[in-house]
Amino acid sequence: MMVDVLVGLLPVMVMAVVVFRWSAVVEVGLCVLACLASEWLLNLVQKKPQTLGDFSAVVTGLLLGLSLPSGSSWYICVIGSVVAIGIGKAAFGGLGMNLFNPAMVGRAFVMLSFASQLGASAYVVTDSDVTVLSQATPLTIAKQYASDLAAGREVAGNVEHQLQAAEKFWPLFIGQVNGSLGETSAIALLLGGIYMCLRRAAAWQIPLGALLAGFVCAALARWTDLTPFTALRHLISGSFLLGAFFIATDPVTSPISSLGKFIFGLGVGIFTVLIRLFSGYPEGVMFAVLLMNAAVPLIDRWAVPKPMGAG
Amino acid sequence: MSMATILSKGTFAKRPFRKRSFKGGIYPPEQKGLAAGMPIEVIPTPEEVRLPLLQHLGAPCKQVIEPRSQVQLGDIIGRAKGFISAPIHASLRGTTARVSATTLPAGRRVDVIPIKADETQPFTDRAVYDEIFGGDWAIEELNNYDPEQIANTARDAGLVGLGGATFPTHIKLRRNKEKPISHMLINGAECEPYLTADYRLMLEAPRPVISGAILAGRAVDAEHVTVCIENNKPKAIKALRNAAEGTNVSVCVLKTKYPQGGEKQLISAVLGKTVPLGGLPLDVGVVVLNVGTTAALARAVLRGRPLTHRVVTVSGKGVMAPKNLLVPIGTSFRYLIDYCGGLNDVAQTVIAGGPMMGFAVGSLDIPVTKGTSGITVLTQHETRRFGFGGGDGSGQKPQTPCLRCGRCVSVCPMNLVPGRIAQAARTNHPQLAERYHADACVECGCCAFECPANIPVVQLIRLSKAMLRRKT
Repeated sequence: MMVDVLVGLLPVMVMAVVVFRWSAVVEVGLCVLACLASEWLLNLVQKKPQTLGDFSAVVTGLLLGLSLPSGSSWYICVIGSVVAIGIGKAAFGGLGMNLFNPAMVGRAFVMLSFASQLGASAYVVTDSDVTVLSQATPLTIAKQYASDLAAGREVAGNVEHQLQAAEKFWPLFIGQVNGSLGETSAIALLLGGIYMCLRRAAAWQIPLGALLAGFVCAALARWTDLTPFTALRHLISGSFLLGAFFIATDPVTSPISSLGKFIFGLGVGIFTVLIRLFSGYPEGVMFAVLLMNAAVPLIDRWAVPKPMGAG
Repeated sequence: MSMATILSKGTFAKRPFRKRSFKGGIYPPEQKGLAAGMPIEVIPTPEEVRLPLLQHLGAPCKQVIEPRSQVQLGDIIGRAKGFISAPIHASLRGTTARVSATTLPAGRRVDVIPIKADETQPFTDRAVYDEIFGGDWAIEELNNYDPEQIANTARDAGLVGLGGATFPTHIKLRRNKEKPISHMLINGAECEPYLTADYRLMLEAPRPVISGAILAGRAVDAEHVTVCIENNKPKAIKALRNAAEGTNVSVCVLKTKYPQGGEKQLISAVLGKTVPLGGLPLDVGVVVLNVGTTAALARAVLRGRPLTHRVVTVSGKGVMAPKNLLVPIGTSFRYLIDYCGGLNDVAQTVIAGGPMMGFAVGSLDIPVTKGTSGITVLTQHETRRFGFGGGDGSGQKPQTPCLRCGRCVSVCPMNLVPGRIAQAARTNHPQLAERYHADACVECGCCAFECPANIPVVQLIRLSKAMLRRKT
């Protein structure tokens, strides 16, 4: 099952390396190694059997690495990984027991701890030979544009210009835009995500719910002029697809029944768009997933399938 | 009559084009090819049969024969005690010995009456086969039988569900004014992997099957009598269609999926009806009988013979020559396996029944009972695939933590949350087991087969059920 996740992530990793070159290899590699090392060490001190062979630490490391911006410091990768495995997973009793998605716990920790190095501005690197890094992420541009409009300010000419560039469909679809390492290429995420669903490593109800709710919310936002992006642009920009197909579908931290999974997906989609529109952050997938993780026990209690022949 | 009613022979008028299947279920490797081509053989008379006094669901029988007495084939040796019970008859001519005990595959220890076979038997070899399956089955004259008499004959002949559930048949065949029966379903699905006993029976002896079906339908005054078969048995479908020609029995072809032969799944697939939770098929006007049971019913009513023999499939890659055998009830597993050439070098686990719902046995000296539809001998690889292993867990795939992936939920034909019920057993939490309806589980084993973490889900559910029983 975990191996299917690795295969599903393969196109995403390839695109990350194509777009961001070496920094993708180094950061993702560092996260994976740090996750494996923390898991090994924690098992050792707890005198538990070693569990590196289940590949769950590898998946956590990959997802954490792919959700970081290009050029993150090595200690951000390491601290994120240690928190992901230590607090995100081992503290709850190991694989299968954790309430929150470990990779997102790690990322939330480093994001709040090193705000300046992981905030929107940190994504822009002007002196890099990777061209996409010279532009702000599409969602940051959209956010700036929307907040300028909302505040009644005149939108600066360069923002207007940047928005026109960021709105283009093909760069967003292929992945030639700035963003976290694994989130830019919609086509790679769709390919890997659909593979995971077909292999049943990911429950299709979750991405379906997330895409559906995300689309409706974003379309409403567009209709009321809260955002310059169309609903489709919202779905293929930022880490929406990465979140819907790879992060929210972690079986451990999502509901067990089909209906529950669908509701969970809806929640992830709604909160992602709400955070994008109304919070200080340009992107909301991480907090949306963590928020819905917390709701899983409640959903599981409510969405118990009715046995055949009951009522 | 509307066009749709005519097209569907009236039985499925409401939903003529519905896909005949149920929700959930799995596609395990069928492995029926091992024994499907082997005609039913009559096993040479064993030296001894050992007849457990409990071979059915319900109260054990009372012993009515003294040790060292002469019995004839078909003599009653155990009398039914209580309403839900069935008498047990001598399956050969011989001399009884002192009562001993045996452990049935499911783990219950019961008294057995051994019978030493006489040199001469009333029937041997082909004569046994002809007496049980051959000859004329008077399909045209069956309507002359009195319905109540049919049920009484089923009771006196010791008939129980031969599919494996072993519920006494006569109870199902009683007319009930408050709950009239609209459909008599004859279950020939045989969805369990490896087993081909019912297949061979339908193929070789379709007339007693149909004859018994008509009698059963008459007993409960059913409007429709339908034989249900999975679409992986085209030859049996053809044989039954031929035999049913000109009778009121229709044949319904179902999608091949496990557990299609489960009573509730069958009713859902064929009629689109749902048996209420904790209820019986009777509650929706349906009775389900196995094809082997109807053949035995025909024999009991038309020939006055009690249930003394049954067809048993001996199959699996661990047995030298898989076969379908007609055996006296009470014959030991060892005798059957020896007749099939014995175990080969790769044999690892012997299972009473099929690999999905059967139980691994600890000894080959246990007897075939009325509910033994097969003996499956698995190799090491198959043992792991179907989640069996030694009592100490050896030979099993290593268990990993439950990831709550929900596959058990999506395959559960009863729409339960098997993982949670299993968790209830592990944490000794009866309330949790109750909340997730542990009692509704039919123990088909889909959850355990599908579990990517190799958790013995269905075994844990059995523990949960036992926990609930202890509580009340």
